[in-house]
Amino acid sequence: MAEIVQNAPERSDDRTARERMMAALRSRTALGLALLLTLAVFWLLGQQQGATLSEMLSLTVWGVMLGGIIALGAIGLTLVYGVLKFPNFAHGELVTLGAYGALTFAAVLPMGPPMLPFSFGWELVAALILTMPAVSLIALAVDRVLFRPLRKRVASLVLFAMASLAAAFFLRSAIYLVWGSDFLFYYPGRANPAIDFPLDIRVQADQLFVFGLAVVLVILTWFLLERTRMGKAMRATANNPDLAQVRGINTERVIAWTWILGASLAAAGGVMYGLASQLRPEMGFWLLLPMFAAAIVGGLGSPVGAIAGAIIIGVAQQVSSAFLNPAYGPGVAFILLVIVLVLQPQGLFGQGGE
Amino acid sequence: MNGADLARAAFLFLPLVLLGLLVLPGRTALRVPLALIAAAVVALALPLLLPRGVLTYLASFSTMAGIYAILCLGLNSQWGLTGHVNFGIAGFFSIGAFTSALFTTTMPQGALAAYSQQLFGLGWPFMAGILMAGVVAAAAGFLVSIPVLRLRTDFLAIATLGIAEVIRFIFQNERWLANGPQPMRGIPRPFDCVFADPACSWLPAGVARWVAPLAPRDYVFLYLVIVALILAVVFLLLERISRSPWGRLQRAIRDEENSAAMYGKNVTLRRIESFVLGSFIMGVAGAVYAHYVVSIDYSHFNPLFATFIVWVMVMLGGSGNNKGAILGAFAVWGVWSGAAFVIDVLSPALQAISPDLPSRGAYLRWMLVALLLGLIVLFRPQGIIQERKKVSDFISDGRS
Repeated sequence: MAEIVQNAPERSDDRTARERMMAALRSRTALGLALLLTLAVFWLLGQQQGATLSEMLSLTVWGVMLGGIIALGAIGLTLVYGVLKFPNFAHGELVTLGAYGALTFAAVLPMGPPMLPFSFGWELVAALILTMPAVSLIALAVDRVLFRPLRKRVASLVLFAMASLAAAFFLRSAIYLVWGSDFLFYYPGRANPAIDFPLDIRVQADQLFVFGLAVVLVILTWFLLERTRMGKAMRATANNPDLAQVRGINTERVIAWTWILGASLAAAGGVMYGLASQLRPEMGFWLLLPMFAAAIVGGLGSPVGAIAGAIIIGVAQQVSSAFLNPAYGPGVAFILLVIVLVLQPQGLFGQGGE
Repeated sequence: MNGADLARAAFLFLPLVLLGLLVLPGRTALRVPLALIAAAVVALALPLLLPRGVLTYLASFSTMAGIYAILCLGLNSQWGLTGHVNFGIAGFFSIGAFTSALFTTTMPQGALAAYSQQLFGLGWPFMAGILMAGVVAAAAGFLVSIPVLRLRTDFLAIATLGIAEVIRFIFQNERWLANGPQPMRGIPRPFDCVFADPACSWLPAGVARWVAPLAPRDYVFLYLVIVALILAVVFLLLERISRSPWGRLQRAIRDEENSAAMYGKNVTLRRIESFVLGSFIMGVAGAVYAHYVVSIDYSHFNPLFATFIVWVMVMLGGSGNNKGAILGAFAVWGVWSGAAFVIDVLSPALQAISPDLPSRGAYLRWMLVALLLGLIVLFRPQGIIQERKKVSDFISDGRS
């Protein structure tokens, strides 16, 4: 008996120490460290499989570029989540629509010579600019038909999620019907040689273009959100929709602009992804998991977080391909997603609490 | 009426009795004889009225719809009862299918071993395979539920979608596990020696003479009986469970989680239990599917066929209502199968719109199912048959 009594305070001390440790584990810094540690482990595993330093560096650089593409989708996802408060499972299809839309526009436009060192001509840039508003219109139409009636009824989150799933399968079947299930390329058979960089890093000119454009679009989005009235209204609505409405912000207008911004970025991401690999109807669904992972790693509702999350996810996916079948890429994104959900569901930049 | 028709009628009898018990109203004492008589009449009439091809199609349609109904019941015990949004049905379905395949097949021998790999093959009987499928799927559900079930609804939906994709990647890429991207073939059909020429030795002579006019292609009639029995067992189990104190607690957690926790109930544990139960049922459905189609590969378990359509079925039939789940399964599978005929008929018109369109007609069915879900969400989110808000058998709910 005496022993137990003696032990009791020690045990409770032990518990508080454990609690303190758990609390520390759940902090944002710890989350960032855990993610970095995961990347470091991936890097070491890759080197153990015999990948050289320059190969690993190349993979990392490609990962940052993939991250740029994922970021474009993830920003839209996180904005829609912030303003409309539901996970939009149809966002991947907006990416696919963007890619195929640009294909159709580029086919209509007269084909120019390739703008060296890139593999594409001016018509793809024009098609990119045309496809962004086109996909925005589709997103607005889906919102009008599906989500607005649900908003009017103040439907539950699950119904919104189901509706977005229905929209995803509807749009994907439309893509299959219009463009078929074959793999397509913007410029089949056109060479796109890699450029050599110091440290034996090899990057294609197109990849550089994709990354540069992603950076420009991200900066524009940041400017829009931070410096314009509509951006402020958007952030206000995301923070507190009722208060925003009381203060005279037209919520429906904000929602419309959220769709336009999110869909445009997703469409641009789709074109870039199609340029970097190939076009297939499942490409958006394939990107959906990394996009969700990026948005959650960064903290749902935070555009800055989505960018940071996207780069982490992109690097993790590419670096892991040094020791893992590349088909598992979305699986790797999913593992990071689970780590974040378990440690700190608010993510790196999300707002704490509900 | 010849012997073959009579034998088919005999096989149809039991599923029809179960159907009658499900749909007929009234007290048990009245329902049972009524269902027996009605089933006997219909079972004898069907082979006479319908040509053999149509009858066989009807049987295989009902078999597939029955398998989907088991899946729907599994989802209903997660979503209808406790409110878990599981967008990863395909994952548990495929685990069940591949597990049962591994347990019931034997290791490939000789030249075949070069083409076909699998982790193990024990050659166990059908029922053991089904049980193991349920157990392994439930174990997977348990592992998944620990990190994931504490999450909010929206995170749960995303996480389960991811889990199903990861499971599909594993079955697609790991050759050693279940023959990688190639299909796993030769999954044994239970009791298929019944239709072999010298019928199984254990079959009583009278029964053997009875089924002698049927050929192996009539196997689907036997499998329909098996599916109907398993469906009935799962249905009765879930009906019993959802009326029990445990089921009431699950609904309490679904509707008012904080109140349930305030009454001293272990909310997390109960949520895990219902998730595991649903995973078990989905695993069983996977096994039943694997033994029906004989050859399975990863592509069978894509999000459309194995997750999305099941959600449409449960939403249409009525979330939280087991009868509704079965009705939804048959209705949506009817729409899905019927659309194939309609698209076939329409194919000249599609040809006129675009020469590519007829070959892509299958995707019109996707569109139709997606539209159906959109319409349900917009206009009747509670489904055809609403959940019965009955607290206890001992308290009248005001209607009787």
